[in-house]
Amino acid sequence: MNREFMLDGLPVAFTEGQTILQAARAAGRYIPSLCWHPDFPPHGSCKLCIVKANGRHVSACALPAREGMEVESDTPEINGERRALLQMLFVEGNHFCPSCEKSGNCQLQAQAYELEMTSARFDYLFPVRPVDASHPDILLDFNRCIFCELCVRASRDVDGKHIFALTERGIHKHLVVNAESGRLSDTDFAADDLAAHICPVGVILHKRVGFQRPIGQRDYDHEPISQVAMEESS
Amino acid sequence: MSAPEKTRVATASLAGCFGCHMSLLDIDEHLFELVEKVEFDRSPLTDIKHCGACEIGLIEGGVCNAENIHVLREFRQHCKILVAVGACAINGGLPAQRNYFKLDDCLRQVYQYRIGMTDAGIPDDPELPLLLERVHPIHEIVRVDYFLPGCPPSGEAIWSFLSDLLAGRTPRLPYSLMHFD
Repeated sequence: MNREFMLDGLPVAFTEGQTILQAARAAGRYIPSLCWHPDFPPHGSCKLCIVKANGRHVSACALPAREGMEVESDTPEINGERRALLQMLFVEGNHFCPSCEKSGNCQLQAQAYELEMTSARFDYLFPVRPVDASHPDILLDFNRCIFCELCVRASRDVDGKHIFALTERGIHKHLVVNAESGRLSDTDFAADDLAAHICPVGVILHKRVGFQRPIGQRDYDHEPISQVAMEESS
Repeated sequence: MSAPEKTRVATASLAGCFGCHMSLLDIDEHLFELVEKVEFDRSPLTDIKHCGACEIGLIEGGVCNAENIHVLREFRQHCKILVAVGACAINGGLPAQRNYFKLDDCLRQVYQYRIGMTDAGIPDDPELPLLLERVHPIHEIVRVDYFLPGCPPSGEAIWSFLSDLLAGRTPRLPYSLMHFD
């Protein structure tokens, strides 16, 4: 039997066990996200997929869909909250787009474009986070980390190497490399690991290919992330 | 019948590279339309030294020294609508890349230890404005009404933004003109 919930007033079919976000994507409906990845269990940390389900704020990536649920996602109120989450991410790290190799292909930047975040509104923290260029093929720029743990999860669950971890709590939380020296060159990290290809922002960068795709040919130059993501998944 | 009164616009480049001003000139033939509609007050284009009462103030660049703060406050005081134009005004941009170092270390690196430096010494002429410990985006100093992102915003983005503003509409960039780089 086909079961349905309502997303912004239109019905979305789902199967038992699918989350709101999974069912929506499967039905061709986009809900913004950063830490969610189709191949991993929900993480629920970025909160960008926040929706109102039957009037309550929930993470669409984590909550199983239920028959008859009323879900609000693309509304001025929810998008305003998503914009505030992005603004906090932008001031917490150092996201200087003009010098970033990931610019144009960055999911954080693309979400900010689509949600029309023209300013970060809050005071910038300018944290000091030195880069790690020790590895022959990979550059780590910790300034841009949004703590989605996709590299942590990919390295642990798929590559079987446990190379990355988040340490400390709250505003002091940061990404570290599991090596006594803390340097990536002292691990067995390889450029063809899944963890080397999963970063949604510009932390894990492959050397010698920066700025290869010119402006105008990058992922989000012409189409917003909501369209690009749906084309990729179809 | 007298000509309709022109909108007074002031512009300034604080800790910026004048790239945003160059981009303003990049609106090409729209410049003719623009000068029909606006009269420039204080601006690098007019060389007027102090800002009078204006409808619109366009600020390029972040805030890196005491003079920047004076200029920015003068703009806020005299402009009804203050706009942060470009990456540096919005998030500190390139000049803010010095925020990860101590100011003293920066100055010594440039004026004292630089290779090939003769007559080394940190400039201390009293005419020079005092540098701040950190470079700040302008919204950390004054209230800002609108933000026009880009490094620089393209001529097209500036023209779209100004056209909205001059026509009394709330400026809103279409997706194709929304850029942080």
